[in-house]
Formats: sequence, C-alpha cells, structure tokens
Amino acid sequence: MLSKAKLWLGLALSTLMFWSAGLHAAWELNMPRGVTQMSRDTYDLHMTIFWWVVAIGVVVFSVMLWSIIHHRKSKGAKPASFHESTKVEIVWTLIPFAILIMMAIPATRVLTDAYDTTGSELDIQITGYQWRWEYTYMREDMDEEEVSFFSILSTSREEIDNDIEKSENYLLDVDRPLVIPTDTRIRFLMTSADVLHAWWVPDFAIKKDTIPGFINETWVVVEEPGIYRGQCAELCGMDHGFMPIVVHALPPEEYQAWYADQQQAAADIRELANAELSMDDAMAQGEQIYNQNCVACHQAGGVGMPPVFPALAGSDKATGDRLITMDTIVNGVDGTAMAAYGRQLNPIQLAAVITFVRNAFGNDTGDLVQPTEVNEFIVGGQ
Amino acid sequence: MKTDKAPSKNKTLVTKLLFAVVGMFAFGFALVPLYDVICDITGLNGNTNNLAAQAEAGEIIDETREVTVQFIARENGGMAWGFSPSATQVRVKPGEVNMISYKVTNNTDQVMVGQAIPSVAPNAAAGHLNKVECFCFEEQVLQPGESADMPLRFFVDPALPADISKLTLSYTLYDITEKSSKLKAVAAR
Amino acid sequence: MSTSAALDHSHDHHHGPAKGITRWLFTTNHKDIGSMYLWFSFAMFLLGGTFALVIRAELFQPGLQFVDPSFFNQMTTMHGLVMVFGAVMPAFVGLANWMIPLMIGAPDMALPRMNNWSFWILPFAFAMMVSTLFMEGGGPNFGWTFYAPLSTTYGPPSTTFFIFAVHILGASSIMGAINVIATILNMRAPGMTLMKMPLFVWTWLITAYLLIAVMPVLAGVVTMMLFDIHFGTAFFDAAGGGDPVLFQHLFWFFGHPEVYIMILPAFGIVSAIIPTFARKRLFGYDSMVYATASIAFLSFIVWAHHMFTVGMPLAGQLFFMYATMLIAVPTGVKVFNWVATMFRGSMTFETPMLFAIAFVVLFTIGGFTGVMLAITPVDFQYHDTYFVVAHFHYVLVPGAVFSLMAAVYYWLPKWTGYMYDETLGKLHFWLSFIGVNLLFFPQHFLGLAGMPRRIPDYALQFADFNWISSVGGFLFGFSQLILLFVVIKCVRGGKKATAQVWEGAQGLEWTVPSPAPYHTFETPPDASLIKAQ
Repeated sequence: MLSKAKLWLGLALSTLMFWSAGLHAAWELNMPRGVTQMSRDTYDLHMTIFWWVVAIGVVVFSVMLWSIIHHRKSKGAKPASFHESTKVEIVWTLIPFAILIMMAIPATRVLTDAYDTTGSELDIQITGYQWRWEYTYMREDMDEEEVSFFSILSTSREEIDNDIEKSENYLLDVDRPLVIPTDTRIRFLMTSADVLHAWWVPDFAIKKDTIPGFINETWVVVEEPGIYRGQCAELCGMDHGFMPIVVHALPPEEYQAWYADQQQAAADIRELANAELSMDDAMAQGEQIYNQNCVACHQAGGVGMPPVFPALAGSDKATGDRLITMDTIVNGVDGTAMAAYGRQLNPIQLAAVITFVRNAFGNDTGDLVQPTEVNEFIVGGQ
Repeated sequence: MKTDKAPSKNKTLVTKLLFAVVGMFAFGFALVPLYDVICDITGLNGNTNNLAAQAEAGEIIDETREVTVQFIARENGGMAWGFSPSATQVRVKPGEVNMISYKVTNNTDQVMVGQAIPSVAPNAAAGHLNKVECFCFEEQVLQPGESADMPLRFFVDPALPADISKLTLSYTLYDITEKSSKLKAVAAR
Repeated sequence: MSTSAALDHSHDHHHGPAKGITRWLFTTNHKDIGSMYLWFSFAMFLLGGTFALVIRAELFQPGLQFVDPSFFNQMTTMHGLVMVFGAVMPAFVGLANWMIPLMIGAPDMALPRMNNWSFWILPFAFAMMVSTLFMEGGGPNFGWTFYAPLSTTYGPPSTTFFIFAVHILGASSIMGAINVIATILNMRAPGMTLMKMPLFVWTWLITAYLLIAVMPVLAGVVTMMLFDIHFGTAFFDAAGGGDPVLFQHLFWFFGHPEVYIMILPAFGIVSAIIPTFARKRLFGYDSMVYATASIAFLSFIVWAHHMFTVGMPLAGQLFFMYATMLIAVPTGVKVFNWVATMFRGSMTFETPMLFAIAFVVLFTIGGFTGVMLAITPVDFQYHDTYFVVAHFHYVLVPGAVFSLMAAVYYWLPKWTGYMYDETLGKLHFWLSFIGVNLLFFPQHFLGLAGMPRRIPDYALQFADFNWISSVGGFLFGFSQLILLFVVIKCVRGGKKATAQVWEGAQGLEWTVPSPAPYHTFETPPDASLIKAQ
C-alpha cells in the first residue's frame, strides 16, 4: 500500500512538473549562490548543513522503513522485549552533539565575517517607508550636492489586476534602482520612517531589519556588475508585497559617471523648480505620479477605500483651501498611512500631483499650483 | 476526591501556581527596565545612553589615532520640520571634546514640540560615544516658522575598540506635540 | 426513561449527565468538558482552515484575484491566531481533560468548576476576535506575531478588541494549566508514581508549567500595547524612548515556549500510539521524560533565534545560535527512541499508527529545517521567507495536527464505544498525507528561491510551486471533512468496541469499559493494574 501510493505520488508529481515546466522555465529549487564572498559562504554553509541533515535523515528513515517492512505482524514478526539501553542512549546523544559542533564551527566563522563592517569605502543610508525605499549616499561634507532618492514599484496597476499581460520582472521592478559600484566595500546604514521593514537582496545574502528610531548596519562587496533584485522581508502593512528592491551594480568608473550625473540632476531640479508649469503638463505629470504613489490606497478615480483610505473625489481636503491640500501631501497625516511626500517628491512633482488631485475626479477647482509655491511652502514655513 | 486531604492540598498548590502566574506577569514588565540595562551595557541596537556625560577635566586624549564620526539627521514620517547637521562628518581624536550643531526649522503654522532620538552604529561603539551637551536630552519647542541651531558637544571614549575607525550617530526627529501637550495639561491641573 | 428510573436516579449519589443544554453549560465532568474542547477546536480548525484556503486561493496565480492586500493580511493574521489559540491548544487541553484522569486513575480533574470556566470563556474570546473582521478598519492585519509599531501606532481601531481577546485566551490557558498540574500532582491513584505515568501525562505536566511561565508574559506584552495605544506610554515607541525590538524580545520570550506547548503533548500521544501498534514497550521511557524536560528548559533561552535580523550584537547572535542547535539533541533522542520502539516490534497499521508514523517522519523533516534555520548566517537568507513557513507548518500540521488526529482515532472507540470506519480513516490519512506534502514541501523551494512570507502577490518565477501548493492546500482542507464524517458516524454507532480496543494497548484508560462511563475511578484502580511504561 505504502510503496504503491508513493509510486503514484511520484508519477503524478513528475507529470505535473513536466507539464508546467513548459509554461514557465523557472523551477528554482535552491538558494542563489549570489555575487559576493558572503553570499557564496552562506550558500556553502547552507549546502553543508543540508547534506548533514540529509545523511541523518537517510540513516533514521532507513531503519524505520526496514522495521516497517520486516517487523510487521502480517509477516509473523514477534515483538522483542528490549525497551532500554543506557549505552545506546548515550551514543545517540553524543553523536548528534558532535555533528552540531562540526556545524557550529563554519557557522561561527561566517557570522563573524558578516558582522565586520569596518573599512568601508562608500556609505549608503537606506530608509524604509510604507511602501518604498529611500537611498541616500553619504557625503564627505555639506557643500557636496546630495544624491538621495526614493525607489518605488514600477509594475503597473493593470498588470497586478490581471488586465494586461505581466512583464518579465513583474513586481520586481522599480522606477529608480539603487546604483552601487562593484569591487567596493560598501556599508549600508538602515533605518525606517514608520514601521519595521527588512531590506533583502538574496544575491548579496543580506537581510536586515530597518527599525524606526534606530540604525542597523551591514556591508557588501559586489564582484560582478549586474542587476540584482530583492523584496521587503518584514510585514509592514498593506503593500508589504509591493516594495521591491533593485540594485544596479556598475563598474567603479561607470558608477562615478552616474553619481556625477545624479549630482548634476539634483542641482538642475532646484533650478527647474523656478520655472512655470502649464496646466496640461501639470495634469499629465500629476496623473503619472498619482498612479505610482497614490493609487494603491486612494484607488483609480479617487474613490479610496473608506474608512481607512478616504476618497479624494469631492473631499474637503482636495477641493477646499489649496494650502490644506498642500499640507496634507507635503507633510502627510500623522498616525495614518498618509505619508509625507515633501521629501519623497521634488517641488515640480509635488506641484503637479497637487494640481492633479485638485482638478481630477470631478474636483474641478481650476487651480494650478506652481513649483515655486510648493517650494515656498516647504522652506518658508507657512 | 474521597480523601479529605485533597481539597486543602489543591488549595496550597493553586495558591503557589497563582503566585507564579502573578510573578511571571510582573517579570514581563520587569524585562523592560532589564532590557534597558542590558542595552546600556552591550549597546544592543545602538541605543546610546541619553544622559549627559561628565567631560572629565584632563581626559586623556588619544593622539595616536583619529576616528570618523558621521552625522545623520532624519525626520520621522509625518514630522514636518527641517532638520540637518552642520557637517556630515568630522575626524576626531578619542578623548577630545568636539562640537557641531543641528539646524531645525518648524515649517508649519503651528507651535510644535519635537524630540530627537539618537542611535549609533556600529552598536559596539554606542557606549563609547559620550554626549556632554545634547539637544536630544530634552524636548524642543518651536514657534511657527521658527529656526534654531541646536548644539551637540561630544567626545569619543578612548576605550573605543581599536578596529572601529568610523561611527555613525543618527538622530531621528519625532513630532511629540500631542503627547507633550497632554503632559502639560496634566501638570497644569 | 421511565419514572422509576428517574426516581432511582435522584437517589443515586453519582448522577449521570443532566439533560439538554444545561448539561453542557454547567457541567463539571471532565469527559463533557473534554468533548466540548475537542468539538470547539475542530470548529476552529475548520474556520482557520477556511482562512488558509482564502490565502491559498489568492496565491494560486500571480496577480490579485479575490481579495485586496489589506484583507489578505487580515487572513494571514487570523489564520495564525485561530489555528494556534483556537485549534491546536484547545485540542490538546481537550485531550488532557478526557485522558489524564483516565490515565492516572483519578475520578475527575482536580478543579472541576474552574474547568468549566476555562472552557466557556473561549467561545467568547473567539467571537470577539473574529468579530473584528467586520469592524471599521478591519481586523488585526499585522500577523499573528503582531510586531510593534505596526500593531500599535499603525494598527487598526479593532486592535483593542484583539488585545482583550488575547487576555481572555491567556486566562483560559492559565486556568487549564493550573488544573492539569493540580490533577497530576494531587489526584494520582495509589501506586501511580511519577515515573510510571504515561508519557502523555508527563508531557502535559511539563507543558502546563510552560503555560504558567509564559502566558502571563504574553498578557503583559498585550497590556503594554494597550497602554501604548490608549494611555500615551512608550514601551515600543522610539519617540518616547521605547524600542520596537523590545516588543520582539518579549513576544518571543512567550512565543518560543509556546511553540513547544503545541508540540510536547504531541510527543506524548505518539509515545502512546507507537508502542501499542508495535506491540512492544516504549524504548527509553526515562530518557523520553528527561528529553522533554530538557526541551522545555531550552525553550526559555533560544527565543531570539526568531529575530536574527534585528541587528543584535555578535555575542548575542552566537549564544542564541548555539542554544538553538542544542535543542536538536533531546529532540533527536525522542525520534531515535520512537524508531527503536518500532524496530523488532510486531507492527500493524491502523489509522492512528499511520498518523503517528507520518508524524515521526514529517516532524523530523521539520526538525531538520529547524537545524538549518538555527545557523544564524544562513538564517539571514531563510528568515521571513516561505522556507520558514514550510518549516513551522511541517512541525505544526503533520506534526501537532497529525498527532491530534492520531489521538482522535486512537481514543475514539473509548469515547464512543464504537469502532470507527477503518476504510474511511485510511482514506482520510492518505489524502491528508498527500495533501499536506503537496501543500508544504514546495514552499521550501519557494523560500530558498526568494519568496518572502505574508505577501498577497508574487513575481512570476514563484508561480509554479505556488499553484502546486494551492492544489495541495485544497486537497488537504477538504479531506478534513472525512474526519468530521468518520467521527459523526462513529458517535452514531458501528461495531462495538471492547474495553481493551487495541490488542497492544497498555494503561489504565483501557481497563474501563468502552464507552467510558460518565464517572470512572471513583474508587482508585487496583495498584496491580499500574505497570511501568
């Protein structure tokens, strides 16, 4: 009975596997080896422990299977009467103990390595928000242009809602990836602005909680240029499943060029924030920002999900005093999921999205908010 | 329960067990201060001692090495103040007292109360970063639109482990206006 | 019933059960209360299972199909809470109620009125907990571990009701535990020395002490949450000088012993069933007792292995890694002892034995992944992924839950007086066995390949194993209706069961008739009936 059932199970499973292997290529069974010394050490350790437990399993289950086959009543087996043996008990206490010591030695070595955060050449601050990541590159002094940006899921709502076909990197794509140089010892400083999150990139074997009010650190040296993907690994509320991590590792020279570009871009934005925005531009850009940042809670058409996520269509905050709309978006609403976007978006984007919510969904206030006004609001302290 | 002894035996046992229950409940609460003590000793989680350290006169300055102290200033989600340090990092000799300042601006049209919470990485260094004077020791009250420069005087303990050459001091600024005004209301009564 | 019989009855000092609903409301009889616990836990098992099927239905394919992410989080949270506090724990308490007095030759539990209370507050606690799903803002959505500040500053308004429900559950468990300890220590029949007690009694004694040690800590944690939410304290809020990580330390100080609370009685059940169907005494009784006690002790010093990624100091990480690895030693001793009991026995494979063997195999697989998870640096990769989900479901479903099913089949003839339908029982076993492995085995692969837990939607490379897992989930879920049918059928009639029921069964519970009379062992059993285990 047992072996027959196993046979059928095996057959059924392998049929299933072959059939759907045709549908998707990926039948990933194991942990990635990754692209850092730490990830390879972790992988090797994982495999070592795995083979140990497989070996123990083979021994224990063989004895058990042997007994099940041979020592059954239907085969006329007569029960033996032994029921204790101190010698045997001591043996099978000591052997596992010895095995554990053999496991603990490499584990201790790898762990000590993982904790050595000294000697970093580049420090990057990672901050978790509901539900996005912020990356800030630490500067040597205040006069340097700061590179700091948010990284948000870029998979479209239509893909998630099954309205259009899903792209290759479904749920694992962001608008702005973290960019780092290869062959450089990088120290990550992690914290959170709201709840707990965990920053995890399997190819680096890094997973660390981001904790509001506290900083954690870890380090990485990536050896191969490439694109590496990960996800938030600590339940952080509604969109926990929708805050992926994408890291572009570039050769150091390319990274330097990228970094200089970003500094230039940051300076440009300050410049551009003085320019006038047209109504059409504001609405077009505003809609795009809304779909990326707001739609998960406030929903398409601004209908929201009351009572937790209020509707925007016809709401007082969107149609009343424009300063209230601005305040809500720039500073967020404390104690709710409404985040402060003042730091997450630049003044142009803020002006666009404020204009958008005040004119879309039938809120036709006709207001056009300019970046300069937003900037004054943020800096001027109105 | 035929024996007469059983009920009284039960009573003693149940009393003991109830004591254990109450004891464990209390133990749960006792773990809170206990955890803080352990944190202070081990620097668990980078929780630094939030009390002013005495800058001892003639503190020995370790001239043989320099360490980098980085400064991070962050507002917690929903905190509408501007908050930035006057320098991103300084090189210091262990034992020498340094000073930097943080600029805060209340960008809102309300009186607000802020509280900065410090954290140090690596956590092994947390116990070795001593603050002589720090704005984080108390709540900050800012009028609408008001700015302030808040000083931080600190020194790195010469006993800092030799392998640590860089430490990061992070401040997270929280809006505690509501909680704080509650406290004031209670005090006023 | 004739009038004369009723009259007779009223004269009888030892009356039978009262009639109607009052029998169940006011009963102080350990068998009635045991039955109520068991039925209640089965109802909760089906409810928690329904939540699980909502989860598996949503995860059948990539994309959002049936529920929104916010409701999905409520489902994962409620599934965990209902299964842990509503299904597994009360089921073991039910078995304790039914079997401990029968096993140690006691007439009833030591504190029968408190026994009634500890059961009847449970349905109210769960009514309150489940009703939060219909409240404004929804039910708890922060996972069964309810980490702060997601559950405090950012929790839904219904969190307060959740906290009160946990308080009541805790009170129920503590009362149950006190009762078990008092019964075992004070009510044993003459001749029933501690080292002659069946292992189920031993494991429950140790479990009860664990409950008394940690349930008050859980009560403390939720009380602190309550204060943080409503009274402006800052236990877990960094803004007021608190620490969110402190929450995790406190929670897991409760949480890890809690894990053993759910598995130690299972060890006791399996240690009763394997010798019965191997027709051979349990191998290494003494070492089984010591191993159980060591596991219970170790459970207090390993809690932080649930939080290796919070950034503890290296020394802390190493300590918790070594301590956790040590648990493998006593657990291994237990598995070896069971195998040694089977070795050179004379085995038959009735349904309870099938479940018990499956328990040993699948629990051991869960133990193996447990050793892998203990290795801190590798845990950085496993932590909070489906690998962990697979691990704890292997120890809890084909572990704790299979042991419960084994127990039900094993003692059902004693409870009802009839043999259950063996064919249906075997069908139930095989469908459950296949279902549970289809459900949870692929989750190991998902976790290793990088799928985090508690997500309502996933990247395309996780699609294949997820749909296999979902198919397994539905197979396993619906198979449980067979159990319901078998039990009802058995209650209504069937082949009469003898007092002994199983050829190889040993112990006092098999010396009373089947079904066990309403009152048993009002005079202590003859000491000659009490044998060494």
